[in-house]
Amino acid sequence: MRVPSELRYTKTHEWILPDENEAMVGITVHAQEELRDVVYVELPAVGKSVKQGEPAAVVESVKAAFDIYAPISGTVVKVNSALASSPQLVNKDCYGEGWFFAIKPSEPQELNALMTSDQYTELTASETH
Amino acid sequence: MKELIFERSVAGRRGYRLPPCDVTPRPVAELIPEEHLRQHAPHLPEVSELDVVRHYTRLSQLNFSVDTHCYPLGSCTMKYNPKLNDRIASWSRFAQMHPLHPASCSQGLLRLLDELEQLLCEITGMAAFTLQPAAGAQGELTGLKIIRAYHRAKRRARTTILIPDSAHGTNPASAALSGFRVVELKSNAQGLIDVGELRRHLSHDVAALMLTNPNTLGLFERDILAITALCHEHGALVYLDGANMHALLGLVKPGEMGVDLLQLNLHKTFSTPHGGGGPGAGPVGVAKALEEFLPTPRLRTRGTRYVWEERGKRSIGRVHAFYGNVGVLVRAYVYIRTLGKAGLERVSRAAIINANYLMAKLAGTFPAAFPGPCLHEFVATLKSLKAHGVTAWDAAKRLLDYGFYAPTVYFPLTVEEAFMIEPTETESKETLDAFAAALQQIAEEAKSDPEMVRQAPHRLPVHRVDDVKAAREPNLRWDVRGHKQFAKF
Repeated sequence: MRVPSELRYTKTHEWILPDENEAMVGITVHAQEELRDVVYVELPAVGKSVKQGEPAAVVESVKAAFDIYAPISGTVVKVNSALASSPQLVNKDCYGEGWFFAIKPSEPQELNALMTSDQYTELTASETH
Repeated sequence: MKELIFERSVAGRRGYRLPPCDVTPRPVAELIPEEHLRQHAPHLPEVSELDVVRHYTRLSQLNFSVDTHCYPLGSCTMKYNPKLNDRIASWSRFAQMHPLHPASCSQGLLRLLDELEQLLCEITGMAAFTLQPAAGAQGELTGLKIIRAYHRAKRRARTTILIPDSAHGTNPASAALSGFRVVELKSNAQGLIDVGELRRHLSHDVAALMLTNPNTLGLFERDILAITALCHEHGALVYLDGANMHALLGLVKPGEMGVDLLQLNLHKTFSTPHGGGGPGAGPVGVAKALEEFLPTPRLRTRGTRYVWEERGKRSIGRVHAFYGNVGVLVRAYVYIRTLGKAGLERVSRAAIINANYLMAKLAGTFPAAFPGPCLHEFVATLKSLKAHGVTAWDAAKRLLDYGFYAPTVYFPLTVEEAFMIEPTETESKETLDAFAAALQQIAEEAKSDPEMVRQAPHRLPVHRVDDVKAAREPNLRWDVRGHKQFAKF
């Protein structure tokens, strides 16, 4: 399973690319595999302020609808509008074209508490047993 | 699949012809302004009466329903609806009542509705009921409006609703729609509400805890008395989603658990039609302190007469036209009166025994996600199939081939490859055995021929549907073009 080392991870299977202006957020390979085929993504409005651990987006698959939680607090500065017409990008390229939104962090130190790729790999290994 | 009714069309074929007109006809353009007249005739199929009867009779025979198949759809209580309910509801004295009949001409029906309210109070331990809401989710919305009105009357602005992750799926949606902030409570390792977690989240901003008991895993919240006491200490109300009332009839009253308000799904527990438009009924019951907030009109007695009380100073107002889906309420009344107190208790006991029987029978194949005993339903995990590349979804499709409606899949979200199974009290031991045997057979097939299971169903008129394409590119309209019967268009 691909878990890029430059990203940070949450227990709820989101990834974030640390950046002080535009920290991109998406879901992991493991998450999109569990969801199976994504058919709809509801994104937050640009300018919305989000709090760490609170729902910021919704992703719907043929299985169910799931909340996507903000990995850190801040303001949504960009959203991936391509997902509106092509939700399958989440399955095809979850660390690239399938990103969800970008946050300008308000509490950058929150990033330190997130998991590294090694820690996240360990978490998913323990969950599947 | 055979063709659509449109594809059976033959130019000039008619089911019925009107007799010659015995008054002088006027051109339609004189009667209706031109801008409202269509330019082309509608694309209607041209078929005979027999064509129509055969087409729709055949379609109806393709349905899975409780009258034709075992329907163990967890959380939905798809049980048999006794035909007596329908027979009595279709008596002309019920069926021909009109909601605009004055109360003085409908005393018998009003008495029935009043008695139904009393019976529901007795069953649940609540002080008062409204029969207006037309469905479970509308009952939830009504309950949330009452919760808001209650706190407003106390001049408190509370914006948070706590909802356990094991609650009924509609609860967070109803709370969000009502403008509340939803905070999810994580269950403990037994799949129950974690009292410590609840305590951490209770504050002066919490308007209510919304819980389902037994919860969506079919487990009874054993700490319910501590949970409701803790909420009340913090000034929060406790809302019970009564969707799982099926497990409690005659055994325990929500009012005695400390519940302040709840909705009942008459189309689940009380055997009124369910699905396909029902229509449903989701009466809301409240404790004494909340009665003044119930929707208007309220049914009242004045001497020996039943009257409508239209106004209530603190009422949240009307939530449905007239007094709800009355035809459905008549059916629920008949069901309750037919069974009586002892009969209702037997319903719940049999539902619980049936679920536990199936859970035990399947334990070696698809074990329950949390240790039992369960109440009227349980959640099994099919994760063992993953090793063969087969999912709960595939197993559900294969189950259709064996003549069983599939259980609820992938809910609750806390269980991997979930199958939520609710057999209900109306299925026989033979049917439960056949259902378990079918699932055991599917587990074997997943090992020996996984591809066949992934392609299921094989014996139904429609095979595997492309759910992904249907969701991503929905096409909901039949297109007249390209069909020779309609070439002239």
